[in-house]
Amino acid sequence: MAKLESTFKNMALSLTCITLVAAAALGGVYMLTAQKIATQAEEAKNAAKVAVLNGVEDGVAIETEADGFGGKIKLMVGFAQDGTILGYEVLEQQETPGLGTHIVEWFKNAGKPGQNIIGRQATGAFSVSKDGGDVDAITAATISSRAFLKAINSAYAEFMKQQGVDVSTGATMVNTDAASGATQPCVEHKDGCCEHQCNHECHKEGCCKEEMEATK
Amino acid sequence: MNKGLKTLTNGILTENPTFGLVLGMCPTLATTTSAVNGMSMGLATMFVLICSNVVISMLKNLIPDKVRIPAFIVVIATFVTMVQLAMQAYVPFIYAKLGLFIPLIVVNCIVLGRAEAFAAKNSVGLSALDGLGMGLGFTLSLTVIGAIRELLGTGCVFGAHIFPENYGALIFVLAPGAFICLAYVMALVHKLMKNN
Repeated sequence: MAKLESTFKNMALSLTCITLVAAAALGGVYMLTAQKIATQAEEAKNAAKVAVLNGVEDGVAIETEADGFGGKIKLMVGFAQDGTILGYEVLEQQETPGLGTHIVEWFKNAGKPGQNIIGRQATGAFSVSKDGGDVDAITAATISSRAFLKAINSAYAEFMKQQGVDVSTGATMVNTDAASGATQPCVEHKDGCCEHQCNHECHKEGCCKEEMEATK
Repeated sequence: MNKGLKTLTNGILTENPTFGLVLGMCPTLATTTSAVNGMSMGLATMFVLICSNVVISMLKNLIPDKVRIPAFIVVIATFVTMVQLAMQAYVPFIYAKLGLFIPLIVVNCIVLGRAEAFAAKNSVGLSALDGLGMGLGFTLSLTVIGAIRELLGTGCVFGAHIFPENYGALIFVLAPGAFICLAYVMALVHKLMKNN
């Protein structure tokens, strides 16, 4: 078959047909993979949520993000009720391979207390030693380290917020069973339960409600 | 048959995309931070090369000359997006590392270059072989450069420790290391080819 002449009609027809077929093919592949991609993301998130809580039942998992060296760093951070960091998982990052990518394991190295943040009491003001803080930054990846700690700090702010202390933050809540509708903080906690009377429903199910009803 | 074999080896040796044609330098420099990354990028590109070569070769008489470039790009972009979706769905850990570079396969000179220089003039079978050969050549080059950079930079090859990480020269994992490594490997390849 001879090659089509470059007339206007031929060109328009040829391009239209090619783009139509391409669009249809892409739509098909998208439909085949969309479900799987969504499941993958959800699974990764759930696995991270379980991992960061480290077996602590009333811990709270918070999803957070900050701008790193090569793009967004997304983290899942687990807090105990008293604000101790239980664990973290990196959900997404585009840091420099071999340098910034160390954020994945650097800050949970139990053998090196200077860089380990697991088990520390979060303060919302972690910073690298270069900036006067007490967390050792990743060698040759200070920017990634700063961003990482910034994400941890905003996760803590979000954690405090859902405990009732209002701090502005970019982080989002993950545990929906916690602190829904809370307007004021519980005064104190003992064994994860409210010791004093609360004037609102606490996140430990039934606890405050019962207390309130008992004191009525 | 002989011609097919020649087409296949042409891409791997004589006209190796990286060392012979010196095309597709952007992914070569950017994704070869480790052997696995380099190889994954090479394989993704190979898939696109074979598919686009075959389709363009089939359509070569239906595409008027004056609109051949946009037609080729649409075909290539379609396959690249398919690879991207498939990787995201089935190998998310590799996609997490290469995500940014996959869409850039669209503008990889090798793919458009082979469409224009080979697939638009040859039969479907030969075009497929050309895509396979070029893809293998590209994959091979990227894997070799990736392995060297990974070894010198972190002491590992394919994640397996050869020597302690502390002795690695970080520069090889970073951008300058890509240029240094590419230059030395290219010089070596050219010297070996000349001697033959």
